[in-house]
Amino acid sequence: MVRPIGVTDTKEACMSRLFTMGLPVALALGLGAASAAAAADVTVAVTAIVEHPALDAAREGVRDELAAQGYRVGDNLDFQFESAQGNPATAAQIAQKFVGEAPDVIVPISTPSAQAVAAATKDIPIVFTAVTDPLGAKLVSSLEHPGGNITGMTDLSPIGAHLDLVKEITPDVANLGVIYNPGEANSVTLLDLLRQEAPARGIAIVEAAAPRSSDVQAAAQSLVGKVDAIYVPTDNTVVTALEAIVGVGIDNQLPVYAGDTDSVPRGAIAALGFNYYDVGIQTGKIVARVLAGEAPGSIPVQGVETTELYVNPGAAERMGVSLPEAVIARAKTVVE
Amino acid sequence: MSQVAFLGALELGLIYGLVALGVFLSFRVLSFPDLTVDGSFPLGAAVVASAIVAGVDPYLGTLMAMAAGALAGLVTAVLNVRFGILHLLASILTMIALFSVNLRIMGRPNIALLTEESVLTPLAPLGIWAPLLKVLVAGVVALVAALLLIRFLASDYGLAMRATGANPRVAQAQGVRTGAAILVGMAVSNALVALAGALFAQMAGFADISLGTGTIVVGLAAVIVGETILPARRLGLVVLACLLGSILYRLAVALALNSDLLGLTASDLNLVTALLVGLALILPSARNPLKALLVRRAG
Repeated sequence: MVRPIGVTDTKEACMSRLFTMGLPVALALGLGAASAAAAADVTVAVTAIVEHPALDAAREGVRDELAAQGYRVGDNLDFQFESAQGNPATAAQIAQKFVGEAPDVIVPISTPSAQAVAAATKDIPIVFTAVTDPLGAKLVSSLEHPGGNITGMTDLSPIGAHLDLVKEITPDVANLGVIYNPGEANSVTLLDLLRQEAPARGIAIVEAAAPRSSDVQAAAQSLVGKVDAIYVPTDNTVVTALEAIVGVGIDNQLPVYAGDTDSVPRGAIAALGFNYYDVGIQTGKIVARVLAGEAPGSIPVQGVETTELYVNPGAAERMGVSLPEAVIARAKTVVE
Repeated sequence: MSQVAFLGALELGLIYGLVALGVFLSFRVLSFPDLTVDGSFPLGAAVVASAIVAGVDPYLGTLMAMAAGALAGLVTAVLNVRFGILHLLASILTMIALFSVNLRIMGRPNIALLTEESVLTPLAPLGIWAPLLKVLVAGVVALVAALLLIRFLASDYGLAMRATGANPRVAQAQGVRTGAAILVGMAVSNALVALAGALFAQMAGFADISLGTGTIVVGLAAVIVGETILPARRLGLVVLACLLGSILYRLAVALALNSDLLGLTASDLNLVTALLVGLALILPSARNPLKALLVRRAG
């Protein structure tokens, strides 16, 4: 009965580092802004489909940004949180609980939670986050003009930029292997995007499915001989078993690229990613606008604004690739 | 607990009550531990969601979902009856296969129904408050299903089916075709579970590949809680107890969601739910509930 949980938006967040940086900054900003806002008491209700480092980091980001805008927990902000612990039926129940309590804003994190909340209310403002495909999830009918009581943020990876990075480091890649879990909505969206973006760059996508973490190694091995490099999208199931892919990459001299920066210290050669704490911060800004009285429906759905490049020259060498100096110079973090 | 949260618990309790009815039929009547339900619940959601998105009438789509569920139950039953595979393993095989089948049917892991028609659409002109309407619809469906199941089990064929589960050898000696009874029972059981999945998808606004996780656990818990709270020998009451058990389970979850007053956090949800259901099982059978909690019973 063990199944991969359908977390649709999944990325190991590199939150710890930003935590230490971001928190004092947020607090410092908060001191200045506290007098400006902070009039009436407000309630913000947050729910996520499951406890997960990335989703938790997004929640922390929302809370810290709200503090920076003058809404403080324990002072003038009631910040509620419920997790569905991986069960969509519980997600529906949490949505109904929140709607019954009528908070000022509901912040659902991840696609199933957002759909459950959107189905439960047409009145209470909703600011979703960490939803990869808000259009496909029918949360909004237009990204520019969401309309109604809902807006939010997508965490779609900048796939085009990822492919450009692959081309820059290994220009002769013609076939790129992609390992993904066909049960994760997020991964399927990313795969569709890869198929759209790759041909223009002279790359053919070869897919390998891994419904469970224990299938990942076999999926990676199935790509040997068929591809020139392997790309690991932000797929919860696959990222869990990244080491198995790195092993196959080293044994067969196949460079392994990742969609999230946390995978780089674990052995991927490079990744252009973002972290979910920043996603939470950006979401918190939208929540603050709604709290200040703006209609959610008139705020466009936003994409991730900050990306950062991680490289691992040692891993590259073990996979038979040398990283161009220009790439290393551009990297935010070079893993030794 | 707010009114909306209470109605939400009722709605989910009634929907999962259909799962409890299905599990009751396989697990209690046929003595067939059936894990297929973890696959047939999302199967029902997948079929109805794909059908609705393709423009099929939601009511017809819901019937299609039930047919698909019946088919899934049949596969498990055939694996067991015709090919002699152990019932538990047969149902696990079907459940695993259904994961891929459901992905095939939906074409992706998640289909949104937020803006689509549903079985509720024709009832919208009645002007009933949405959370209440959902409870009413789920309640009518669950009650009708329960009454039909009661009638079915009281019929001659139903009696033969109950005999099949109670003592297959004697049943065979009496001329009951036990193999056929298992096929029919498993088909009906999984059709009920798929109906629950189809209703859930339409009321919650989405079908997701992960919907099935733990369906059997919730179904079994509902059946057993119902039996404990409402111990009865009359068939009708036994079946209705399944619905009651399911509603109580959802109320336990709703209570657990409000447990933050006790210093519990969101991550304690499943533990609190398990504790509440555990209490519901222990307390009614104890003569002195307080004593039962504090003192270990001798012997």
